[in-house]
Order: sequence, then structure tokens, then C-alpha cells
Amino acid sequence: MSNLPEFLAMGGHGVYVWSAYGITATVLVLMFLPPVFGKRHLVQAEARRRRREEV
Amino acid sequence: MRQIIWLLFRREWQLAWRHPGALLNPLIFFAIVITLFPLAVGPEPQLLQRMASGVIWVAALLATLLSLDGLFRSDFEDGSLEQWVLSPHPLALLVLVKVLHHWLMCGLLLVLLAPVLGLMLALPWSVIPTLCISLLLGTAVLSLLGAIGAALTVGLKGSGSMLLALLILPLYIPVLILGTGAMDAALQGLPVQGYLLWLGCLALLALSLAPLAIAAGLRIGVSE
Amino acid sequence: MSWTFFHKLGSPKWFYGISGKLLPWLTAASVLLLTVGCVWGLVFAPEDYQQGNSFRIIYIHVPAAILAQSCYLMLAVAGIVGLVWRMKLADVALQCAAPIGASMTFLALITGAIWGKPTWGTYWQWDARLTSMLILLFLYLGIIALRMAISNRDTAAKATAVMAIVGVVNIPIIKYSVDWWNTLHQPATFTITEKPAMPPEMWLPLLVMVLGFYCMFALNLLLRMRLEVLRREHKARWVREILEKSS
Repeated sequence: MSNLPEFLAMGGHGVYVWSAYGITATVLVLMFLPPVFGKRHLVQAEARRRRREEV
Repeated sequence: MRQIIWLLFRREWQLAWRHPGALLNPLIFFAIVITLFPLAVGPEPQLLQRMASGVIWVAALLATLLSLDGLFRSDFEDGSLEQWVLSPHPLALLVLVKVLHHWLMCGLLLVLLAPVLGLMLALPWSVIPTLCISLLLGTAVLSLLGAIGAALTVGLKGSGSMLLALLILPLYIPVLILGTGAMDAALQGLPVQGYLLWLGCLALLALSLAPLAIAAGLRIGVSE
Repeated sequence: MSWTFFHKLGSPKWFYGISGKLLPWLTAASVLLLTVGCVWGLVFAPEDYQQGNSFRIIYIHVPAAILAQSCYLMLAVAGIVGLVWRMKLADVALQCAAPIGASMTFLALITGAIWGKPTWGTYWQWDARLTSMLILLFLYLGIIALRMAISNRDTAAKATAVMAIVGVVNIPIIKYSVDWWNTLHQPATFTITEKPAMPPEMWLPLLVMVLGFYCMFALNLLLRMRLEVLRREHKARWVREILEKSS
């Protein structure tokens, strides 16, 4: 860990290790998008419905 | 009880023979799919023999699956399925009769046709008995498991058969592995009783458990 | 034993309230465990004697694989609870967990393939574990497809519950037959995880990562379930109040 370039290279296996971790991180982030955006969507839909009823 | 079983069986039989063409369809499909492979990979006997058991089994899987798609549909549409669900007789038993009939009309016929196709794929005579017995046991499991999918998708219009395949093919994999394993052993001259016994076990397991799942699926489909 | 707790579990509103309280804890636990686990696994764990640094992929492959299998088990349990006790929340759990399980299976397959290249020389090998994982993915996709195909929500719920139970009964049979198939065709297999006992410096970070993945799974599941509960009960007053407060 004393040497950053060496750490990134991972003894020649850098491509594999980092692509695996990278894909995992991406998938995990993508997994959290639907509930977060879904909630926002629902809130907006409710606000629109409320405005329509007030009219 | 026995009378109901006999009556039901007779009904299925008569209905089937009203459209005898439909009985041939799985057989023709089976034969065509098997024929595709020599066309695809070349007619060299060595290669064909290596592939033969796999090809025959996969073709049998697909033929059974496709013939199961409409297993309950006509009964669903004319309302007789509802009568079955409401009847005082155990639904699992009624369902078993229906699946047994399907096996006789599809699986058994495939078994009768398989030796010819096997020989065409350069299989030696010595392995044909193994082929037939393994297919006999295997197609029983296939009919039982596939009927579960047919029951769950009975109400769906249109895309039913593709979804049925998606649901049921993973469950077919153990049968495929055991059946082709038996064939490979037979080709090498090794004893096959073990594999056939395992296939028999699967058949018994499916026979006892699948009707419950099929009945559950039908109740769900009818209650909509 | 309080059956009231069990019956409360059937109330979407109660569920929403209590899951809200759990969220911050789960978030903290997930972030902490995953960060610690990753850093430990990537930096501090010793290099493997045979596989060099590529073995570090174990710290994401194994947790994903474990989660993929546990999630399916959870689906089957949710299916049974939903069918036997008619609990709507069990169906919500089944509906929301299926895509998470499928993603975990997908991750396990991809990381397994990437790990395979430096280890075996090829990206894909039909070994028992990867093949079983692939079949598991198909089982998940089947459940998701069945759910999407049936338009009536209650029917879809019961049908997917039956399918999950049928699947779980078949999984040991599939596993066993694939293992056996593998020994037939590949007498000398390398398994991805080390057969000789791993020293603690190697399996401790793995444990941390597995726990972290479980926490993250629970977090994601609760978030999705909360959203689905809001959607299903959107006409109820308590839902409207919550949505109004959030805007």
C-alpha cells in the first residue's frame, strides 16, 4: 500500500479486480435508483392530483 | 372414485381423438428438430453419435413443452375447469388423470418414435433400450412439471407458450442431465441401472408433489 | 407469544412506520460494513499464494452468490406466508425482492466470469457453481416474467408464490444434478473458493462483506417495499399525508 501505482496494478490482475469491483458498484447504485426516483415520482403525482382537486 | 377417474380419462381420450392431427404435431416437431441438427453440423456419423443423446433429449423437452401449452386452456375457456375446481372430488386426482392422458398421447408416442430417430443419428442398437426406458420415465416427469406451468399460465392470452418455456425449462434440467447421463453410460458400455433408478425416483417425486402444485395453479387461475 | 405482532405485520401502515425507523440504522450499517470490508479486502488482506491479487474478487463474488441464494429462499418463504396467511405484505416482499435477487445472481455470474479469466484462462466455464447460478438466474427471471404477464394483482401474487415454492423445492434437485453432471464431464475442476482452510486474515473481511451485503439487501428491500406499499394504498389518508409532507 506504500505505492499507489503498484496497488492499482494489483500484480497484473488490476483489470480484473477493478472491473469486477466497478461493475458491482455500478449495479448496487443502479439498484437504489428505482425506489428513490419512484418515491419522487409518486410525490409529484400526488401534488398534481391535489392541485387538480383544488381547482 | 374409480368411476370418475375412468369417465374423465374417457372424456380426454374422446376429445383428443376429435382432432387426431393435433396428436401428430409433437411427433412431427420432434422429428423436425432432430433433423435440423445433421443439417446444421454435417452428416459425419462420429459427430452425430456424440451429439445424439443430447439432441434427442432436448427435442423431447421442447416437444413436450409445446404440447403442454394448451393443456388446460380449452377447459378453462368453456368453463369445465371451474366445475372441476368446485367438484367434491380431489382436484389433484382429476389433474393427475389429465396429465396421465397427456403423457400417453405425447410422451409415449415420442418414445415410440425415438428409436428410429436415434438410429438415424448413428446410435448403435445396443443403447436403444436405454433410450426408450429413460425417455419413458423422463417424459412422465416432463408432463407433470410442465403441467404446473400450464396451470399457472392458463388464464393468459397470447404469449403463454414462451412464458411457459421460461418458467419450466430450468426445472427440466435435472431430467435432461439424468437422461443424457444414462445414454452416455450406455454408449460406453457402463451399467445404466443407477441412472434409470434415479429417473424413477424423480418420476415418483413428481407424481406425488406435482398434482398439488397443478391444483393450486388451477385454483388461482379459475378464481380470477 | 404475541400473535398481535404477527397480525400487525399484516398492516401496511404499521410496516411503513416501523421500517422508517430501521432505515437510518440499516444505511449506517451497510455503508460501514461495505466500506470496511472493501478496504480490508482490497488493501490489507494478504495476496493469495496461487491466484495472486485476483482472488480479491472473492470479496464481492461470494457475498453476491450467498445473497442470490438466500433471496430465493426468502421468496419461497414469502410465497408460503402469502398463500397460507393471505398476508398482502408477504406478496409485496416477494414482488420487491425478486429483482434484487436477480441482480445479485447477475453480479455473482459476472464477477465469477471476470475471476475466471486469470484463474482458468477463460471467461466462462461450465463448472457446477456457475452453471447452477445461471439456472438460478433463469428461475428469478421466470418469476419476474410471470408477475409482469398477469394483470390481476392478486392472481399474479398467488401465481408467483406457487412458482417460487415450486422453484425452491427444485433447487436442491437441480444443484445435485448439476454437481453430478460436472463430475461426469470435467474430472479435474478447480473450485473458485480455496479448498484448504483460509486464514482469518482472508475470511474475516469476507464475513464483513457478507454482512454488509445482507444489510444492503435489507435496506434496498425495505425501500422498495415502502414505495410499493405507498403505491398500493395510495387512496388511504395516511399515504396522502405522507406524500404531502414529502413534497
